[in-house]
Amino acid sequence: MASLEIRDLRFTYEDLVMRFDLDAEAGECIGVIGPSGAGKSTLLSLIGGFERPLGGTIRVDGRDITSLPPSERPVTSLFQDFNLFPHLTVADNVGLGRNPGLKLNMADREHVALALRQVGLAGFEARLPGQLSGGERQRVALARSLIRHRPLLLLDEPYAALGPALRIEMLELTDRLRKAEGLTVLLVTHDPSEATRIAGRTAFVSEGRVVLFDRTDAVLASPLPQVRQYLGG
Amino acid sequence: MRLTIPSLILAAILGIASAAADTPKLTVYTYSSFTADWGPGPKITPIFEKQCGCKIEWVGVEDGAALLSRLKLEGKNTPADVVLGLDTSLTAEAASTGLIAPHGVDLNALKLPIAWDDKDFVPFDYGTFAFMWDAEKLQDPPKSLADLAQGGAEPKILLEDPRTSTPGLGLMLWVKAVYGDKAGEIWKGIAPKILTVSKSWDEAYGLFTKGEAPLVLSYTTSEAYHVMEENTQRYKALVFPEGNYMQIEVAGMLATSKHADLAKQFLQFLISPDFQKAIPTTNWMLPVTDIGSDLPPVFGQLPQPAKTLLLTPDEVAAHREAWIKEWLSAVGQ
Amino acid sequence: MTRIGLAVAALIVAAVLADYVALLWGASGTDLASLAADSYLRHVIGFTILQATLSALLALLGAIPAARALARQSDFPGRQLILQFCALPMVMPSVAAIFGIVAIYGRSGYLAGLAAQLGSGWMPNIYGLTGILIAHVFFNLPLAIRLLLPAWGTVPAESWRLAAQLGMNSRQIFRLIELPLLRQYVPAAFAFVFILCFLSFAVVLTLGGGPRATTLEVAIYQALRMDFDLARGGALALLQTLICLLLVGVAWAVSRRLDFGRGVLNAGIRMDGAGRGAQLRDFATIALAIAFVALPIVALLFDGLRGLLVARFDAGPTARATLVTLALGLPSGIIATALGYAIAAAVDRLRRRRGAVMLIGAAGLSGIIASPMAIGAGITLGLTGRVDLFAIAPVGVIAMNALLTLPFATGVLLPAIARINQQYDRLCAGLGLSGWNRFRVVDWPLLRRSIGLACGLASAAAMGDLTAIALFGNPSLTNLTLLLYQQIAAYRLDSASGTALILLALCLGTFAAIERGVGFRGVS
Repeated sequence: MASLEIRDLRFTYEDLVMRFDLDAEAGECIGVIGPSGAGKSTLLSLIGGFERPLGGTIRVDGRDITSLPPSERPVTSLFQDFNLFPHLTVADNVGLGRNPGLKLNMADREHVALALRQVGLAGFEARLPGQLSGGERQRVALARSLIRHRPLLLLDEPYAALGPALRIEMLELTDRLRKAEGLTVLLVTHDPSEATRIAGRTAFVSEGRVVLFDRTDAVLASPLPQVRQYLGG
Repeated sequence: MRLTIPSLILAAILGIASAAADTPKLTVYTYSSFTADWGPGPKITPIFEKQCGCKIEWVGVEDGAALLSRLKLEGKNTPADVVLGLDTSLTAEAASTGLIAPHGVDLNALKLPIAWDDKDFVPFDYGTFAFMWDAEKLQDPPKSLADLAQGGAEPKILLEDPRTSTPGLGLMLWVKAVYGDKAGEIWKGIAPKILTVSKSWDEAYGLFTKGEAPLVLSYTTSEAYHVMEENTQRYKALVFPEGNYMQIEVAGMLATSKHADLAKQFLQFLISPDFQKAIPTTNWMLPVTDIGSDLPPVFGQLPQPAKTLLLTPDEVAAHREAWIKEWLSAVGQ
Repeated sequence: MTRIGLAVAALIVAAVLADYVALLWGASGTDLASLAADSYLRHVIGFTILQATLSALLALLGAIPAARALARQSDFPGRQLILQFCALPMVMPSVAAIFGIVAIYGRSGYLAGLAAQLGSGWMPNIYGLTGILIAHVFFNLPLAIRLLLPAWGTVPAESWRLAAQLGMNSRQIFRLIELPLLRQYVPAAFAFVFILCFLSFAVVLTLGGGPRATTLEVAIYQALRMDFDLARGGALALLQTLICLLLVGVAWAVSRRLDFGRGVLNAGIRMDGAGRGAQLRDFATIALAIAFVALPIVALLFDGLRGLLVARFDAGPTARATLVTLALGLPSGIIATALGYAIAAAVDRLRRRRGAVMLIGAAGLSGIIASPMAIGAGITLGLTGRVDLFAIAPVGVIAMNALLTLPFATGVLLPAIARINQQYDRLCAGLGLSGWNRFRVVDWPLLRRSIGLACGLASAAAMGDLTAIALFGNPSLTNLTLLLYQQIAAYRLDSASGTALILLALCLGTFAAIERGVGFRGVS
């Protein structure tokens, strides 16, 4: 379990000047909502280490990780799509989380099989991503995040392309895994019901800032004009 | 705009190509360097066109061999009236096609090192093959062909391939003319000295002037160029006691020509002083008639070979294939 | 588009076949069976395959790391210029390339001079297989880089982020991502370079050091020009084409389509290329590849400047030849691009039908797999008495060059079109977009860059033409390449170097103008 502490994290993209502050407690699931282009994905990219901030700090369990390369951060990022290499089997795609050169021993293989069982894909080892459905592909990616044992899981609209029933199923799987593994989760979503379902607290991001950070139901009910405009109704 | 500029240029070129429709047109096939701006073509064209009241349409192909093969491919359908630029190693084959008509030109004015009695072809210039020697790179040049075939791998020489080039074929015939059945052995002796065998004279001579080797197979007239145009004595032509082989360039008229009179008039023109005067400094070859003081002095001072060698066209045609095989196996296939 | 492509392809293949048939028809009755027993020929074929295989292997061995470094360092200073520079060797007349290479690596070249300065008695000897390979890599390394580079563009940013997150090092990324990726691009690039080297003629003879180095094209020359044995020439040309086609078939069979899909993220910087060490390595790789190609060109440049400044400059002929080069090269390049587009579109559309693909593929490549010597002879044989070759020369030269440079356009457009189709076919079908409307709204904006590159390459190649110009032989159509040969033939080597310089500058300018003018607003 790990806590997250973001202080004055600055970045610019085109005209937008961003400045983030955010805290997450260990084992917590936080929803991140807000209009397109507000900087939600950038926030996740900065935490994942794919973008270099202009200033500020990111701490996990009090340790400053701001200048670590992505692979050395206690973080796993899941994108909306393309989390798998199309020419590698399911087992290899998961196995990459164990060894990035795919030098896998028997124990590694067993871990892969176990992780696949955890996400409900037992026996899928030899398949190629092209033979899987969208939901199954994201399960494979989740399995890999499990095998990496990183305490922080960043999800960038990972289930947006799935149907309602499947989406609920995947959210529940994510929540189960969070509890079982003690993960701290950040979930970027456009769907308030997703946040309601698994996020205890939610951050509302607008024009490069976290303008509101509170219990999810409080955020969704906030009278703040930006929030009302975003949620509509 | 990007499209229109080239199309305007194109239209202009098309216009040039199809101008002058009513004056009679004499189509002359030749090799492309003959028609280059500094070649003989532009110099002699206006003179002849004024004489004949006609227009010359030059078609320039790659070289002499391409000329013959073009004629053979076109056969009786050829639009050519005159072919200019074959040489004595190709004339027998050219004549055997039956495409060449007897020229009927009085050749008494000729002053060639050998007698000329060919009924089909009129010679218009000639050259003597010789090794050019770079005096800055080599102290002691070979004294003879036999000398070349002895003494191991130095000095290096640049040759042309007899399969693809006229001088290359010339050297092969030269060695044959001197050594006959022993030619193979001489070639075996020369082989270690060969730096490379190029496709055509262009590459070999370019490599020579860039200093890659101190000897290259060329013509005695190459020396004249360096003296006259570059004012240098560095490059000298070597003549050998065994004799040097020669190349005679000829022209002939096509039996299918619709302008037989003009064609004959053109062949006649080739040995006139007007044409012959242009040859030395445009084609860098020797005139076939005596042009007296019009011959630049440097040409008169070129080294004269002890003997001028030339196999008959029939001999060449009959044995060329076999001799090339012999050359290939001697030089090392 | 599919139908146009098929028709164009059928027409081209029919024309090439008719050409060969014309040759074999005019046969004087040679015993073709004796070809197989000819030990000279067996040696020639063996040597041709050997040198082409080694040349293609070396060119790709250099191009893969260079393209990888260029892909990884997307903000490398002067990257765009380097990519445009890659078109230069394509326009280089073989004799100029030979002089440039010899000026560096020859017995009296800069390298030998350097060795002498250092007091070493060492003297480079490139005449032989070494010289052939140096020249062929010089010609084809840049081309291979340009053919391979688009491969990296097909990988979405997500994949590179994933690699960074998983902590893959450079070697692991190469093995697990780039190697599978290259598997679909390398066979085609190999085949392309192999074929270009297979048909090499003057370079092989001149740098080969002696008649041991003889290619099949030389044997075809011998048969057609010296022996006038049309049947033998036609048979050898056919054999040459078949060997090339066979290789293309093999390349097609071993390459795998691999689609990473198009990511939603903006193209990100490659993490594995961002470190100081990786940057230095990449810069060194790029510099090495560029130096290898640039050194002979720089040597020519010095000669060329001297030719322009010191030696007599043939201003009139040079200006005319420059105009002719443009007037013939640009239309050829544009037509080649249009034909290549139709052909590439048809190949992708019909990719499940092997027969059609083979037909169209053969048409797209015929410009490089058919023997230029045999094509020329066939055209002369087939058209004399029917068409006034002299009068149609401008049109004929443009048409022939469009055919000869078609493979360059097709090679660039095929992967690009395949990608666009894969991504947008369904969307377009759903919207009812087809034909011209689809081209205008979807394909043109998305393919502009590729079309620009195709047109630039094809135009550059056409500007270096000698085959077609020499065939039609109309002296008013003297382009810079022919002018250069004429200058050498008249001993004017300095002027010839100047002409080479102008040709290279013209090629670079045209290539850059087309690539930028057509492609600058395109989507990368």
